[in-house]
Amino acid sequence: MTITPKTLSEKLWDRHVIRSAEGEPDLLYIDMHLIHEVTSPQAFDGLKMAGRGVRRTDLTVATADHNVPTINILQPIADPISATQVSHLGKNCLEYGIKLYPMADPGQGIVHVIGPELGITLPGMTIVCGDSHTSTHGAFGALAFGIGTSEVEHVFATQSLPQVKPKTMAITVDGDLPAGSTAKDVILAIIGKITTGGGIGHIVEYRGSTIRGLSMEGRMTICNMSIEAGAKAGMIAPDDTTYAYIEGRPHAPKGALWEQALGDWQTLPTDEGATYDTEVVLDGTKILPHVSWGTNPGQVAPIDSEVPDPNSIEDPGQRDAAERALRYMGLEPGTPLRDIMVDTVFVGSCTNGRIEDLRVAADVVRGRKVHQGVHAMVVPGSMRVRAQAEEEGLDQIFLNAGFEWRAAGCSMCLGMNPDKLAPGQRCASTSNRNFEGRQGPRGRTHLVSPAVAAATAIAGTFSTPADLR
Amino acid sequence: MEPVRVITGRAVPLDRSDVDTDQIIPAHWLKRVERTGFGAGLFSGWWENEPDFVLNRREYKDATILIAGPNFGVGSSREHAVWALMDYGFKAVISPRFGDIFRNNATKTGLVPVVVDPDVAEALMRQVEADPTTVITIDVERLVVDCPAAAISASFPMDDFTRYRLVEGLDDIGLTLRNEAAITAYEQKRPAWMPTISLR
Ligand code: SF4
Repeated sequence: MTITPKTLSEKLWDRHVIRSAEGEPDLLYIDMHLIHEVTSPQAFDGLKMAGRGVRRTDLTVATADHNVPTINILQPIADPISATQVSHLGKNCLEYGIKLYPMADPGQGIVHVIGPELGITLPGMTIVCGDSHTSTHGAFGALAFGIGTSEVEHVFATQSLPQVKPKTMAITVDGDLPAGSTAKDVILAIIGKITTGGGIGHIVEYRGSTIRGLSMEGRMTICNMSIEAGAKAGMIAPDDTTYAYIEGRPHAPKGALWEQALGDWQTLPTDEGATYDTEVVLDGTKILPHVSWGTNPGQVAPIDSEVPDPNSIEDPGQRDAAERALRYMGLEPGTPLRDIMVDTVFVGSCTNGRIEDLRVAADVVRGRKVHQGVHAMVVPGSMRVRAQAEEEGLDQIFLNAGFEWRAAGCSMCLGMNPDKLAPGQRCASTSNRNFEGRQGPRGRTHLVSPAVAAATAIAGTFSTPADLR
Repeated sequence: MEPVRVITGRAVPLDRSDVDTDQIIPAHWLKRVERTGFGAGLFSGWWENEPDFVLNRREYKDATILIAGPNFGVGSSREHAVWALMDYGFKAVISPRFGDIFRNNATKTGLVPVVVDPDVAEALMRQVEADPTTVITIDVERLVVDCPAAAISASFPMDDFTRYRLVEGLDDIGLTLRNEAAITAYEQKRPAWMPTISLR
């Protein structure tokens, strides 16, 4: 008997099928369910109305992140509606017996930052959350995807989800990145190439020497933005970098279980000869720092280029979208990206709010001052990241340069807390979505890496660290 | 969930691609802890700032079908986007391509995602732009969208199970719980290294 070679995602899928039947979606077991205050209240309500309970509270973890004010985190939330949402989460977790990392707790933070740092995110697991950036956890070789509130309720009640098996896509990036380019630039280049719809219906596996060479933080940045290409999930096969990151974390297996887990994880990488439904290849040596110019994450360009001319775009739909985007963004075709002035810089989010991101940004701003008129802030992804950064003195570097240094949360990534752009304001942001109004009504977002965000804060216009010298 | 068999009504042409869920329902609307009342926030960033936005136009009032460009519902997982569309009065959305999570959310809640060829979407869009009184019929049982005025009768894809659930108005959780024994059996074989979370 020959064994059919399988991809990483197929292996994970098959291991989690509880039941499959002709003409029906597979029923998948869910190993970990992460929840937050925005997408869970209606799911808890649904449970109550149906008289159902949470099947596995021990496979469920909650934190408050989206609404959290990142100034005065110890004070009650000023916005009464935000406060209600956060207190609802607390009440529900208490009632059902779910572990919650509440606001200002040392373990609190953006759900996709705390999962990995607690060692809850491990290779070979299925992980879901009522949040599209759950794809982040795929960096560990987990099958992780975002779900809606009805599905949150479904997982509460059954610890499982009916899912139609997606197609597979391999995105291979090979070669050493040019100096100054980072994981963020790789994923922006990928989305620019395959567009926002390119990944729809697929689980993406990122492969190649560029990806292998990234730290776990970098890999998380890549997988995080899989959803921006429309993908169901993004994954990277686990390797020694993965194991080194996990070992010793609070929930990571220990002793004999660690050995067992390692043995298991080593069987996960895609088999030789396995095939994918779609394959995409990028040359890592050519990926320059990227800046988004439009209102979807596929509208990006290398920093040394210009705002594109919509007339040069062939596809009529794309051309229309580009015209609309430039009107919204207040940009003229042909303007060099380096000439665009910003008034806000945001370093943070589940894409780039980890310790390594803060180190990179701190390195750039050390001994320098934020450009006059620019409002710059750093919002660590979690309280642990914040504590670690303070231990390393990064907070002082940022403060001395004129950045605000905040507590942990989503903050200006989506402006559900008081951090919002004013209409017309332009922001260099390390987050993941440049949608219209994402950071505040009529605000203008440009997606960049932490290195570019930091350099831009100093220069006042889009810049790389090398430009500052 | 209410059964959805046949939807017949007028349609709104939203000729934009990549309509993400942040546009469908902006973030400040997400603070509500109920499932209702989101209709007032539907596309609010657009109708508030663009006087000629299609939902501001009288002739499209009371339509029950939305026709949109490709990649409708990409972005955030917020099911609030589906609740907003339904609360506003939409029963179906026609687009050449949907964001995966949005499409799942829609079928769980009873909003019908109708995937058609780009040419069909384009023809329907032009038809309802030219004549807002055009009637479209979406037959979920037969998986066919009909628009006699544009001489269109096109089939659309949907797996049998999802169609059955929509047509019968069945609760997904109830269906899954029929397999409780299988879930329990699966749980017995889970590897011991997988983490569990205790309250302390
Ligand atoms: S940081 Fe932004 S993208 Fe990430 S979970 Fe929070 S709101 Fe969503």
